[in-house]
Amino acid sequence: MNRIDKLFQDKKERVLNVYFTAGYPQLNDTTTILEALETSGADLIEIGIPYSDPIADGPTIQESNGVALENGMSLKVLFSQLKDIRDKVSVPIVLMGYVNPIVQFGMENFCAKCEEVGVDAVILPDLPMFEYLEMYKPMFEKHGLYNIFLITPQTSDARIKQVDENSNGFIYMVSSASTTGAKTSISLDQSDYFARVKNMNLKNPTLIGFGISNAETFDKACENANGAIIGSAFIKAISEEGNLEEKISGFVKSVKQ
Amino acid sequence: MKVQVDERGYYGNFGGAFIPEMLYPNIEELRENYEQIVQAPDFQKQFNHLLRDFVGRPTPLYLAERLSEKYGAEIYLKREDLCHTGAHKVNNTVGQILLAQKLGKQKIIAETGAGQHGVATATVCALMGIECIVYMGKVDMARQKPNVERMRILGAEVRPAKSGSKTLKDATNEAMRHWINNPTDTHYIIGSVVGPHPYPEMVARFQSVISKEIKAQLLEKKGKQNPDYVIACVGGGSNAAGAFYHYYNEEDVRLIAVEAAGLGNQTGHSAATTVLGKPGVLHGSKTLLMQTEDGQVIEPYSISAGLDYPGIGPVHAHLFETGRAKFYSVTDEEAMKAGILLSRTEGIIPAVESAHAFAALNQMTFNPSDVVVINLSGRGDKDLETYIKWGKY
Repeated sequence: MNRIDKLFQDKKERVLNVYFTAGYPQLNDTTTILEALETSGADLIEIGIPYSDPIADGPTIQESNGVALENGMSLKVLFSQLKDIRDKVSVPIVLMGYVNPIVQFGMENFCAKCEEVGVDAVILPDLPMFEYLEMYKPMFEKHGLYNIFLITPQTSDARIKQVDENSNGFIYMVSSASTTGAKTSISLDQSDYFARVKNMNLKNPTLIGFGISNAETFDKACENANGAIIGSAFIKAISEEGNLEEKISGFVKSVKQ
Repeated sequence: MKVQVDERGYYGNFGGAFIPEMLYPNIEELRENYEQIVQAPDFQKQFNHLLRDFVGRPTPLYLAERLSEKYGAEIYLKREDLCHTGAHKVNNTVGQILLAQKLGKQKIIAETGAGQHGVATATVCALMGIECIVYMGKVDMARQKPNVERMRILGAEVRPAKSGSKTLKDATNEAMRHWINNPTDTHYIIGSVVGPHPYPEMVARFQSVISKEIKAQLLEKKGKQNPDYVIACVGGGSNAAGAFYHYYNEEDVRLIAVEAAGLGNQTGHSAATTVLGKPGVLHGSKTLLMQTEDGQVIEPYSISAGLDYPGIGPVHAHLFETGRAKFYSVTDEEAMKAGILLSRTEGIIPAVESAHAFAALNQMTFNPSDVVVINLSGRGDKDLETYIKWGKY
């Protein structure tokens, strides 16, 4: 069973998904961060594959991408770092990245590598559903890899249904029309959208991302979905001075309190 | 083989709409509505009226006699340099501002490299009284100061793109991010035949007035619509797409695209995408792209800021792959020399971008009876400093 299905089978509320950029702050922090996140209580971990032109990301994640690339991060390096990760980390791992580096790596090769190291799902924001279904779905299925789709407040009901039908694992609910880290709150005008999605009784669990930064916004998101995703706020937290593990455990505790 | 876009936005293997879900509704809105809007008689009437009385179309097709003598062919210049604002870019911005109005959008964003598209956008926004924000790489703002001030005089806000390499590609990223954050009231006027479907075809159509006029003007001058060659420079490729458009499927017309080779294709300082690129995805479409082995986008180099882009429009990638167009590349030095030559033989100082098209003449051989049309996409006023710095005249 895919680790994500297992997670949502056991836990239907307050699922915390934390995002970090591979190769940031230092090239070889990947396994340290994964282990510290699991120990601190993250339920699911999303690893960002750095890219030179991350158009869906705001300044915080853009900068972490730039630093990671300067540090020498690439898919090859990332997969070698993740080689024995399943000896140490058991929570589901999701890779998030833009389509170009993956196409250059080779989609089939990428899916095989994901299976080999124990990655459970992938988020590719700039891969259209149409292209995925047409070109890549069989490769994903062959390697037991889930493709996570995004929906936003502007996504129509019909398209949300289509996303639900073609999704496995969970649906990534973008909280508002924005890039990552652009907003640090969840406002009242989003409640219509949350209610609309809730009333559709989707077959997949939902996690809310974008604008989730602390205990207050995490709680708010959890009232409206099975959990939430935190990215920019976590990157900011680990960018500060101090011991990496301590910063991670301090951050996760502050969110889950 | 017919050159045309299919329903999914592909020209052969290139195109599509590789966009995050956040942009999906905007792109859908455009895709579903633009054809109907631009084909409506009232749109056509307004568009043609503005092209004639505001832009100054039709632009002349001028027989360059001394240049013809030098190269041994009959060479005509399509004078896009005489368009209002100094380049072909305004053909597209006039079309898109009318479209934005029909879609009920109240704000306009754009990206710009050298500033020509930014100026053309600021111009039409001033004309219509619409708020305008132009993203421009911080590095480009410093090297194209006069165009920054032109946009400001026209009432636009120029926002520096401070991410990545701080040039055109990053300005495009910033404009896309702005659109993600403002999806409902804003229209994004992309300046070239790049971006997610339907932009490449839409921009090409607005620019296709260039080849439409060439056909009519050649018919009048030569009694036939088709030349033997059409030559244009390619950065993203909007002027080339406009000059080629009505000739895509006229097999007797040879299409010549000229890319910027910067300091030379093997120096690591070039922008010749068909020489150095491979298939990839940038700014919403699958196309040829200059990138590292790991798929990170490479910052190109050219003396001309307008050709300094790591990709090309998907239609050009298709024209290249199928061999329908022949691609040449021209170094900074060759382009600058060609710019001086045109200045001295015809009394026209071309934009450095357009000078690349003229430099390709040195790599070609002609029969005396060949009719050659070169798209003179812009004038050199904006490039005086580049000419002065180069200095060899």
